[in-house]
Amino acid sequence: MSIDAAAVFPHEPLPDRLKGARATGWWGMVWLICTEAMLFASYFASWIFLSETIRAFGEEGGRYPPLGLPSLMTVLLASSSIAAWWGEKGIEKGDQGRLRIGLAIAWLAGAAFLVCQVIEYGHKSLGPDSGAYHSLFYTITTTHGVHLAVGLLMGAVVQVRAWLGHFTRERHLAVQNTVLYLHFVDGVWMVIFLLVYVSPHFWRR
Amino acid sequence: MSTIEAGPGVEERLRTNWEPPETLYFQLASVDHKKIGKRYLITAFLFLLVGGVEALLMRMQLSRPENTLLTPEQYDQLFTMHGVTMIFWYAAPILSGFGNYLVPLFIGSRDMAFPRLNAFSYWTFLLSGIVLYTGALIGMAPDGGWFAYTPLTGPAFSPGLNLDFYAISLLFLTISTTAGAINFIVTIFKMRCPGMSMSRMPLALWSTLTMSFAVVFGMPPLTAALVFLELERRWNFHFFDPLSGSPLLWQHLFWIFGHPWVYIVILPATGLVSMMLPTFCRRPIVGHTYIVLATIATGMAGFGVWVHHMFATGIPVLSTTFFSAASLTVSIPSGIQIFGWLATIWHAKRHVWRTPFYFIVGFIVLFVIGGFSGVMTAAIPADWQETDTYFVVAHIHYVLIGINLFPVMAAFYYWLPKMTGRMLDERLGRWNFWVMFTGMNIAFFPMHVVGMLGMTRRIYTYPAHLGWTWLNQVETVGGFIFAAGVLIFVANYFISRKNGVRAGPNPWQASSLEWSVSSPPPAWNFSVIPAVASREPLWDGTDLLAGGGGDGRVLSHEKKTLGTTVLDAVPDSVLHMPEDTLYPLGLSVALTVLFYGLVFKSVPVFAVGLLATFAAIVGWLWPKPGELPE
Amino acid sequence: MMALLQAVTVPQPSALDPHGPAAAREATLWWVMLAIATVIFILVLYLLLRPLFRRPVDGDTTPGEAMPPDVQRRWLVWGGAVMPAAVLFVLFLFTLTTLAAVRMPARAGDLTIEVIGHRWWWEVRYPGRGVVTADELHIPVGRPVRIRLSSDDVIHSFWVPQLAGKTDLIPGQGNDTWIQASQAGTYYGKCGEYCGRQHAHMAFVVVAQAPGEFDQWLAREALGAQAAGDSGAVVGQKVFRDRGCAFCHAVRGTPYHGDVGPDLTHIASRRLLAGGSFDNTRGMLAGWIANPDVMKPGTLMPAVEMPADELQALVDYLQTLK
Ligand code: HEA
Ligand code: HEA
Ligand code: HEC
Ligand code: CUA
Ligand SMILES: [Cu+2]
Repeated sequence: MSIDAAAVFPHEPLPDRLKGARATGWWGMVWLICTEAMLFASYFASWIFLSETIRAFGEEGGRYPPLGLPSLMTVLLASSSIAAWWGEKGIEKGDQGRLRIGLAIAWLAGAAFLVCQVIEYGHKSLGPDSGAYHSLFYTITTTHGVHLAVGLLMGAVVQVRAWLGHFTRERHLAVQNTVLYLHFVDGVWMVIFLLVYVSPHFWRR
Repeated sequence: MSTIEAGPGVEERLRTNWEPPETLYFQLASVDHKKIGKRYLITAFLFLLVGGVEALLMRMQLSRPENTLLTPEQYDQLFTMHGVTMIFWYAAPILSGFGNYLVPLFIGSRDMAFPRLNAFSYWTFLLSGIVLYTGALIGMAPDGGWFAYTPLTGPAFSPGLNLDFYAISLLFLTISTTAGAINFIVTIFKMRCPGMSMSRMPLALWSTLTMSFAVVFGMPPLTAALVFLELERRWNFHFFDPLSGSPLLWQHLFWIFGHPWVYIVILPATGLVSMMLPTFCRRPIVGHTYIVLATIATGMAGFGVWVHHMFATGIPVLSTTFFSAASLTVSIPSGIQIFGWLATIWHAKRHVWRTPFYFIVGFIVLFVIGGFSGVMTAAIPADWQETDTYFVVAHIHYVLIGINLFPVMAAFYYWLPKMTGRMLDERLGRWNFWVMFTGMNIAFFPMHVVGMLGMTRRIYTYPAHLGWTWLNQVETVGGFIFAAGVLIFVANYFISRKNGVRAGPNPWQASSLEWSVSSPPPAWNFSVIPAVASREPLWDGTDLLAGGGGDGRVLSHEKKTLGTTVLDAVPDSVLHMPEDTLYPLGLSVALTVLFYGLVFKSVPVFAVGLLATFAAIVGWLWPKPGELPE
Repeated sequence: MMALLQAVTVPQPSALDPHGPAAAREATLWWVMLAIATVIFILVLYLLLRPLFRRPVDGDTTPGEAMPPDVQRRWLVWGGAVMPAAVLFVLFLFTLTTLAAVRMPARAGDLTIEVIGHRWWWEVRYPGRGVVTADELHIPVGRPVRIRLSSDDVIHSFWVPQLAGKTDLIPGQGNDTWIQASQAGTYYGKCGEYCGRQHAHMAFVVVAQAPGEFDQWLAREALGAQAAGDSGAVVGQKVFRDRGCAFCHAVRGTPYHGDVGPDLTHIASRRLLAGGSFDNTRGMLAGWIANPDVMKPGTLMPAVEMPADELQALVDYLQTLK
């Protein structure tokens, strides 16, 4: 048996590391996100399981969860994702300014979301110790909030490095991974919004 | 066709780039997968001994009816610690140890994809075990059984710290396991040497890959369950308490994780068997492709059978029958694997009767017995009788010892020479096998019987008049014989380390890449990244150094290795490997502080841990001076 | 925990020695599976050992070629997949027929017993009959009896190996099962699910009686306790009240109806004490009251300090509760 030299090894010199979706670092982030997604999926499954098994699973007095503030929060996160995406596209063209601005908007929108979340908690009359519904409500939303906070911390570090000019068109894996992570956290919120806030309006009498 | 030669000065340069001095700093800072792999092996083996001693204490207690050697409290802690130690801190980590050491060598690479993360996985594994055993040291070891059913483990019925040690050390460990799994996936995806397309991957890589995916997707339900449990225990949340939650939620979450986990702790071991067996049969494995498919099928189907642990909980019969059928179905991929090994032995060119081969033959026998007791519990009405009796205890030991520990023993005899450079003693090896094999069957076979005779598990004593006494005595004797077998191995290791025959690069005339380098391999593994043309690169007569690429395969000027494409393993990049660093250890220690803070409910300790964790992460990721930023 | 001899003889609780229809079907399924397993195990042993005992032809260690694809397919597909699939299919059908056969018969509804799990004893109630007892179920022979299971604290599991498989007692969730004994006798039952410190001593007995005897038993159990007659028992009854036993224990027909521990109305006629931990003899009873935590470490019944004469009077009283 012999090795087909040309097929096995290209003749031109290899790139020093890869960018984009083929880099090892990118793959690492993808699997991290998968396992995190499973964590949220476990939460959601628990939510569905408990809402099926417990009679009094829901807001106090059979009320519907409010939709106003959560809708605003949804808009905030969507715009955060879009801004991050726009900034990342910028650095892919080598545009440092666009990266910095995009990241900054994304960061601010994310931070505003967290503020809204605190306000929303303030409006609730019952705490997590009042029953399975609230326990799960707070666990899901807080876990999401913590993930967003981690994303914002990463965003802050990347932001600083963006201003230090660490990133180039060729080399911006940290940006790429942070933005990917933010998209993931935003996506999780969309599911939370639908499952926790919107769906009760349909399945509760 | 040109053969690449490591030119003058190459070895020197590789040595300066890859081989740090033997100082304490570089020991603690090491990111070398071989060092980390060996540490995993040693640590996990120590956990086996500790878990084994716990088991022997239980066996002593059970050797007489109404025995008073142990109090019920001690006994409860012992079986819980035994189960938790064996399942979480021995069975999976020992395979991570082989994986860490061997995967880069199997694929012709110089390290794992994320060497620092790898070091972090190890430290976290070790330190989480220490957190767990802190509970035992202060007399508050977990006592809720290894699956810790609520509400018994909730705040109302287990007010002490015992279960907090369980939940928090396990949460800590999941970080290690998940990081390790991601590392394996990316390494196997991106770092296989040129020519090692997916279809040429050795079977151990398939099983490691499947195991890793099962971890990535199967671990989070456990994390969720543990988070819920701690919130309920500590902050008065309600998930499992019967008044406002559901005790069964815990069982669902735990077993959605738990069943994939039992395959996680055997699949890599079966992969190792599939790599060893051809060596002793002098012929490539029979049914490679089918075994690959069976491995993947086992990993996936493992997610659909969890309810077979809950047949007696009153779940509607219709849904239990579905899970019963699914559980029977997972036997088919196991059958495929078994018949692959049987066929390989049947069609062997000749049999090489060395110790690993003995263990593999024993493994097949035990696998079939343990598999059948699994099938017998998968039939719902029979399980109503068997569940929570010693019949199930027999099942788990046949599968866990048979499909995990026996392959692990074979793998030690097979690969330790690669790690130490010396062969293990063959005569002691045979004693080792026969003592373990007889001990195993004497200890655990009678458990099937005593279980059917009505003996439930997790009881610290039993009355004399039920006729279980003599069977229990036989089991205890068997347990000690088995332990003696384990000790023979320990002795053999120490004797052979000093006096063993030198192994040389390929003592077994085996086919895979790790045998193409010296024993032990140099810190950089391969001076020239090999290129392969078949599944058995050392048997097909090709020159591993052929295939072009020139200096691109030597990469001696910095700490580098080769990146290749996922499917075809065509070179696509040069990967820079990180230098040794203390950040992984630092991050682990920071997390340890944080988790201790959680266990002992100390806000300051927790806060210090949190800040240190944050600092360690930023320090780790911040580009080092002179390094190209990522 | 002294060596606690038990004189009450129960047959070995072997699931393979069934004395009821459900257990009998389950045992049959088990034996069939064992037979299938044995056959396949022998087949595997043959395939494994035959080549191993065939001596190698020579010492040549050069590796051989891979086996041709059709040989590989024959082993892996026919041996590894098709054969097991066929066997498993049969086995699954047998599982389904067994499941159907052990479903609760409609007639079981005629007599329902409520069993409530406590750490670590069994509360047994005959709803509508005014009977409450502990650690002992009486059933009429030859009739299916429905058992309503629930738990007061953690998860337990109800198991009488010779009569039927396990069903869990889950707090907040009612489960139903049924038992039927085909022969009169005493059957050993045990908690299956680990429920804490004294899971080992959470046993009970099922007493299967001829229907007439059963009815008599039920009628007697339904009566309250007789007023204490002789003087020792009268003193004992006062001790029972004054020492706080009545906070936890009920004696029907008296003003004592504590509901933390077992109902003691007919304690003297029970076979075993404290979750089947030991025989109901005078000595054991006295020892238990004086030192429950020594007799059954971790038990939730507290030791109640009292002078020896009070203890004797108390035991006198309890022994009148027939
Ligand atoms: C190493 C881990 C391991 C493995 C591999 C398995 C493998 C299997 N297990 Fe096991 N299992 C455990 C570890 C494992 N198990 C543990 C730890 C528990 C207990 C948890 C606890 O309660 O503490 C448990 C409990 C457990 C239960 C719950 C019992 C109870 O608590 O009531 C069940 C029920 O269905 C079950 C089924 C099976 C089945 C069907 C397989 C199958 O995968 C087996 C397949 C293999 C074969 C069948 C043999 C080879 C095949 C052939 C030779 C082909 C021909 C075969 C046929 C025709 C059948 N297992
Ligand atoms: C890989 C997993 C694994 C392994 C290897 C073992 C090994 C053994 N196990 Fe266990 N076991 C489990 C996994 C495992 N077990 C699990 C998951 C449970 C369920 C727990 C639960 O219910 O929650 C269980 C439960 C369990 C029980 C049931 C307890 C109960 O329900 O009450 C028993 C009882 O006999 C038992 C016995 C043994 C014995 C005798 C061994 C022997 O093989 C041990 C052999 C001994 C050694 C390996 C030690 C040798 C060392 C020395 C002699 C000392 C040398 C010391 C120095 C050098 C310092 N195990
Ligand atoms: C705090 C509650 C409590 C008090 C007070 C208490 N007991 Fe108990 N008793 C229990 C519990 C709980 C059990 C079941 C223990 C077990 O089986 O683990 C029990 C069991 C018993 C039994 C065995 C019943 C059976 O069916 O097996 C007897 C007899 C008994 N108690 C008598 C007494 C007497 C006499 C006193 C007073 C001196 C007393 N108890 C005080 C809670 C109590
Ligand atoms: Cu109740 Cu075990
Ligand atoms: Cu399982």
